[in-house]
Amino acid sequence: MSADIVTQLVPDVVDARAMGRHLDRQDGVEKVTGAATYAVEHPVEGEVLHAWLVTSTTARGRVLRVDASDALDHPGVLRVLDHESAPRLADTEDRELTVLQDDRIAFRGQIVALVVATSSEAAREGALLVRVHQDEEPAEVVFDEHSATYAPEEVNAGAETDTEVGDPDAAFASAPVVIDATYVTPHEFNSPMEPHAATATWDGALLTLHDSTQAVHAVRTTLAPVLGLAPEQVRVLAPYVGGGFGSKGLPHAPEVAVALAALALPGRPVRLAVTRQQMFALTGYRTATRSRVRLGAEPDGTLLVVRHDASSQTSRIKEFAEQSATAARMMYAAPHRATTHRVAALDVPVPSWMRAPGEMPGMHAQEVALDELAVAAGIDPIDLRERNEPEVDPESGRPFNGRRLVECLRVGADRFGWSGRPAEARARAEGDWWVGTGVASATYPMLFSPGNTARIRSLGEGRYGVDVGAVDLGTGARTVLVQIAADALQVAPDCIDLAIGDTDLPFATVAGGSSGTSSWGSAIAAAAQQFRHDHGSSPDPGLHTTAASGAYADTEGHAMHSFGAVFAEARVHRWTGEVRVSRLHGVYSVGRVINPMTARSQLLGALTMGLSAALHEEGWRDPRTGHVVTQDLATYHVAAHADVRDLQAEWLEEEDHLATPMGSRGIGEIGIVGTSAAIANATFHATGVRVRSLPLTADHFLDA
Amino acid sequence: MKELTYHRATDAAEAVALVAADSDARFLGGGTNLVDHLKLGVARPGTLVDVSRLPLDAVEELPDGGLRIGAAVRNSDLAAHPVVRRGFPAVARALLAGASGQIRHQATTAGNLLQRTRCVYFQDVTTPCNKREPGSGCSALGGYGRYNAVLGASEACVATHPSDLAVALTALDAVAVVLGPDGERRIPLTELHRLPGHHPERDTVLDHGDLVTAVELPGSAVAPASTYAKARDRASYAFALVSVAAAVDLDGDVVRDVRLAWGGVAHRPWRAYVAEEALRGAVLTEETAREAAAAELAAATTTDQTAYKVAMVRNLTAHTLLRLAGGAR
Ligand SMILES: Cc1cc2nc3c(=O)[nH]c(=O)nc-3n(C[C@H](O)[C@H](O)[C@H](O)COP(=O)(O)OP(=O)(O)OC[C@H]3O[C@@H](n4cnc5c(N)ncnc54)[C@H](O)[C@@H]3O)c2cc1C
Ligand code: SF4
Repeated sequence: MSADIVTQLVPDVVDARAMGRHLDRQDGVEKVTGAATYAVEHPVEGEVLHAWLVTSTTARGRVLRVDASDALDHPGVLRVLDHESAPRLADTEDRELTVLQDDRIAFRGQIVALVVATSSEAAREGALLVRVHQDEEPAEVVFDEHSATYAPEEVNAGAETDTEVGDPDAAFASAPVVIDATYVTPHEFNSPMEPHAATATWDGALLTLHDSTQAVHAVRTTLAPVLGLAPEQVRVLAPYVGGGFGSKGLPHAPEVAVALAALALPGRPVRLAVTRQQMFALTGYRTATRSRVRLGAEPDGTLLVVRHDASSQTSRIKEFAEQSATAARMMYAAPHRATTHRVAALDVPVPSWMRAPGEMPGMHAQEVALDELAVAAGIDPIDLRERNEPEVDPESGRPFNGRRLVECLRVGADRFGWSGRPAEARARAEGDWWVGTGVASATYPMLFSPGNTARIRSLGEGRYGVDVGAVDLGTGARTVLVQIAADALQVAPDCIDLAIGDTDLPFATVAGGSSGTSSWGSAIAAAAQQFRHDHGSSPDPGLHTTAASGAYADTEGHAMHSFGAVFAEARVHRWTGEVRVSRLHGVYSVGRVINPMTARSQLLGALTMGLSAALHEEGWRDPRTGHVVTQDLATYHVAAHADVRDLQAEWLEEEDHLATPMGSRGIGEIGIVGTSAAIANATFHATGVRVRSLPLTADHFLDA
Repeated sequence: MKELTYHRATDAAEAVALVAADSDARFLGGGTNLVDHLKLGVARPGTLVDVSRLPLDAVEELPDGGLRIGAAVRNSDLAAHPVVRRGFPAVARALLAGASGQIRHQATTAGNLLQRTRCVYFQDVTTPCNKREPGSGCSALGGYGRYNAVLGASEACVATHPSDLAVALTALDAVAVVLGPDGERRIPLTELHRLPGHHPERDTVLDHGDLVTAVELPGSAVAPASTYAKARDRASYAFALVSVAAAVDLDGDVVRDVRLAWGGVAHRPWRAYVAEEALRGAVLTEETAREAAAAELAAATTTDQTAYKVAMVRNLTAHTLLRLAGGAR
């Protein structure tokens, strides 16, 4: 069916029948019974081999020699690839993906050899036996206020590096109330449950990659030229994925490594699972950020000027510029505004996407700064936000697609019980705990990825096959796409056979930027509409139609964003400073919620991740070696069950037909935005101690 | 892969003989610490002698009101034991404050006491560590220090002992019963673990081949009024930043007797004798409790990263003693 004619159209609004209602997770039974197979579990033909990565122990330098003699003597070890013996790559422009091609070491933890053996135990032991002689050069690995930075050409998501409106300096000089503070967030790691892993087989003509990825087609289009293959020579499958949080949005070095092993040993499937420790160097992370936020306001809190100067680190081998200051461009009304982004290029691994890159650290800074302004001006934090509500998008001047931030704040305040909150900090104690509450706004852009294609096939008896190369990384995509397809074809959900997670299916973009459901769903809507047009309502079995969705969202006419409000109640132990979040409530405006169960799971999951960032998460990079020493889940703390107490997520009823034919906007990321700020603000309210760095560990509040 | 001989011992003497005769052999308890070390390359023994199934799994009451706890008793069974909960609440609480339900089901009493430090460098074979490789240097000096020791550390090692159980047992004057090649001996918990000195590779005074067969807790007037409090980086499943095991016997407001031990501050569970001495005979108030703790901490050495521990353990000590005095545990 590859020769399908692809029609491109902008679909009509889809009537909601299945959408908006509960539908059980389509893959729930497979997952809870263990029948779902992950990247290194897929049954493959042939005798399976196992690969293990050997990584550098210097942050910068050269590989002098890889001595593999002991490893090769070990029973079961078949091959050790190094920069001299590995197959050559065709394209080495992306240095993150340039694995084993030269002797340069660009960060500690970089792949310097690869052991292939007949069992994973032999491969692992072989890796311990490989001796890598390295020449060490002085390295720079510390990102702090002294780091030399530069202005990137653009920042993540293609946003502008710097913006300036009005005359911020003059505005600050005359502003009656000024807040000027620097907020710091640490290195954070996605740490999905399923590590980055893949099984690769090269049969001489086709490379088949069972991968743990958020984007099968992007892995294909990225890796094919690197490997010197035509795209049709690479097939990527990802039927089940054990989480990614952005870290599997793009292929990383391990996928190239396993492909090299497969190319070196044709006909033999090779499995590679990255260890938890290796994930801290090889699979992306959220860079530490520093945000200097300056706010100038009237005595009543009306903002006159907003300035956000953000910096973050990147790797010398590849630029990634976290867009922390972009939210400051559209969040609140202020006649004078400026934002800048700077990055420090260091001898460290390449940072990448982690749930809500940019918005998460940036809104943390903004929303804590706003709380400081509320305190300085003596205004309720919700009133302050309402007072600065813009009429149109301050950045583009366009009307919003329905900005319901104030409603989120008001509804949330009501549910949470905000009224009667003491204006003063440190006003309430219960037993041994200081108790306080805090609020923050959340926002996330409505993103749509063009080019998505879907195929509808008539299976007869009213059943339809729906094919799209989307990926369900645990979010529930497999379930909501069935609901969308059912409504687009005007049939019941159980009439749909959905196929996803395979490059043999029509092209689909990444499960990322909260754009997956919007983009894939629009393609399904387009294909269904064209299918009905071509084949009517009682099609013969075998008839099919493939269509792509043109850009549906009215981004020229409107500024498209989602909004939310997060409320936290924090308790700080009077004697130890330990922090507990006893209540965390989020209210969101995200367009139509297609499946309340999977949506709630996304929002609660993101709130939990925000709580975890607020209280626990910190990758501690050793300033001498450049590697993260808290490199397992016993030392890189994420929230445990006992940390997650009363957690609630709700949403405003709405349909946004400016955004997508389904009326939805995407919900994967907004739940993490603002959450850590609400908690930080609550700890201030509890104790009177303002902590401007994350995580909010007990030692900060000891003297409270 | 590295070949490994696994031997399931049938009695204690056999286990001791096997390990004593082979410098490459180790006892295996529940394996929750040692097996991790095999995977990380921190330990590479040639033989594992499994002692978790020896008939050392009973908790017996002793005539003096004390307890004899078999070395193979699982952490969760010990924490749930009615006599432990009633007569030695600090022990039950310390166990429940540690690790996770799954790990406690698997972990043994002896294994818990003899678990090794969680120092991140000790567990990372790509970094120097005197405890893992004597003479290679201490990466924690000038490195990640949040969990490092503030009392009794040396230039060679600033690691802390991670066990919660050991802190409670240290406070309550427990004794380890040890079977070695030359017979049985009894080592007070206060003397079982070492300070690092020049030999951080030695966590305890045990010799190779010494098998812990039991831990004995003496009967005492203070033990039923004991408790354990732990401050940590998350509400569960995290090692102590600092912890306090305390027992107090009051005559009105006056301290007749007191036991105090700290976790998370030193290379061994830290029995706070100086603080105990300061409190005995004193009226118990927040101030006297803080002062007593401060006296113990006079010898503390801190860095930017560990300075908080001094205030934290002082506060937690005062808090714990006052709660005990108030009747709460
Ligand atoms: C993620 C994580 C979190 C944890 N959190 C905590 C915590 O908060 N608090 C806490 O206290 N602990 C914690 N633990 C540690 C846990 O309590 C220990 O791993 C466990 O108690 C060890 O007992 P085991 O029987 O499994 O010992 P093993 O791993 O079997 O053995 C440990 C050591 O003791 C030796 N050994 C075992 N039995 C004997 C014996 N009878 N005589 C002589 N030597 C012996 C072994 O040779 C080995 O060196 C945690 C562990 C993990 C993995
Ligand atoms: S503190 Fe001790 S265990 Fe940690 S690196 Fe230094 S010597 Fe090793």
